[in-house]
Amino acid sequence: MIPLKRALSSPTGRKFVMSISGIALVLFVIVHLLGNLTLYVPDGGETFNRYAAGFEAMGPFLYVIELGLLAVIVIHMTWGIATALKNRKARPEKYAESVDSKGGPSNLSLASKNMIVTGVALGIFLVVHIWHFRIRKVYVAETTEIDGNEHADLYALVHAAFSDPLWVAFYVGAMLFFGFHLRHGFWSALQSLGAMKPEWSKGIYALGFFVALVLTVGFMGIPLYIYFVG
Amino acid sequence: MADDMMTIHLKVWRQAGPDKQGRFENYTVEKVNPHMSFLEMLDVVNETLIHDGEEPIEFDSDCREGICGTCGFVINGQAHGEERGTTVCQLHMRSFSDGETIVVEPWRARAFPVIKDLVVDRDSFDRIIAAGGYVSVGTGPKPDANSVKIGKDVSDKAFDAAACIGCGACVAACPNASAALFTGAKVSQLAMLPQGKPERGRRARRMVHQMQEEGFGNCSNIGECEAACPKEISIQNIAKMKREYLRAIFTDS
Repeated sequence: MIPLKRALSSPTGRKFVMSISGIALVLFVIVHLLGNLTLYVPDGGETFNRYAAGFEAMGPFLYVIELGLLAVIVIHMTWGIATALKNRKARPEKYAESVDSKGGPSNLSLASKNMIVTGVALGIFLVVHIWHFRIRKVYVAETTEIDGNEHADLYALVHAAFSDPLWVAFYVGAMLFFGFHLRHGFWSALQSLGAMKPEWSKGIYALGFFVALVLTVGFMGIPLYIYFVG
Repeated sequence: MADDMMTIHLKVWRQAGPDKQGRFENYTVEKVNPHMSFLEMLDVVNETLIHDGEEPIEFDSDCREGICGTCGFVINGQAHGEERGTTVCQLHMRSFSDGETIVVEPWRARAFPVIKDLVVDRDSFDRIIAAGGYVSVGTGPKPDANSVKIGKDVSDKAFDAAACIGCGACVAACPNASAALFTGAKVSQLAMLPQGKPERGRRARRMVHQMQEEGFGNCSNIGECEAACPKEISIQNIAKMKREYLRAIFTDS
């Protein structure tokens, strides 16, 4: 047995925390994208507003889900930043000649080297994103009618945001960071949990690229689609 | 033969002691035989330095056959140089080009403090091994040969992990200065074998925690360690260590 505090802060244990919270966030993001795909339906936003109304119908239970999600994000960020700081301390004196990859089996890349950079960028993105679409949604004035009931017209909010090229650029840029973070993160999470055997290693690394690509393209397409197609 | 001789420019880290300020010194070595190992080339430089009454460049070496793990430093930003699966004693000057400038620095990690020049203190590795990288043996009568059966596939995997010579290149190459490959190799080697199994939980706990105490970084699964390892030990052993640790969180053994 290992005391909980020790288990959560040891080099191996802290990666369990990062991995499990990371995988939970990937699962959330997949659901998030599936829901957002309704934005691609060319019906003036009716499908999307119906989808959004479903969340409203949840009532207070929605807050429970949101707080849970927020907790996972906070845990992932706290452990990630603490780990990165510790890693920095592990090599106080840097190499004069920067260590580029020796190739072969190494996964050293822009993605794997900069997890803390892409992670912090995503943290900043999240603050803006939550303000942009979650907090502001409470104050939406336009309404739309769904099955005879009045609902906030969230499609109008999204549509207005993505008619602005600056917002489009911001979201597209943020998704690049997201893609790089996932490219290494997905594979790394499974390796850190030990969910790996020699025959799987290459496949899971390739799957990481596929997951990152599909999610990034899926999300990136939304602002671009609304901006260019309407 | 004389036509093949090379001229090499060296930029070597010189540091008089653990608490002294280090700096790079430039040396030009002429008439380098391309069939010399990197260490033999440094031997020649040191002969000249000693002849001129200067302090020779301090570096560790022992067997010079690539099997003891004593030698090792960073050449042009790569642990043991650019060639894969080799130690600096088995790295030959022919892999460099005539007139090349070569940057030579010690392993850099908080847990590997510099003692002098290219020599670092790797006692932290010994303390990780001492924390659990062994099998406690009861002193009874000698068991019959082959009384303990080990499958060929298992013994091969354990042997691959046991190939670690403890040189420290994994730590040196890791962007986080993590000792996960070194520790993982020992944890998984012993956990696979029947003799090591009774202590597997205790071993995983103690070795991982000792690794943390020593101030090594945390593994980010970048895999540069495997690329730098002269014995090409796989990071599958790190995954195995994670499983051993996960098991050890919940069990007493």
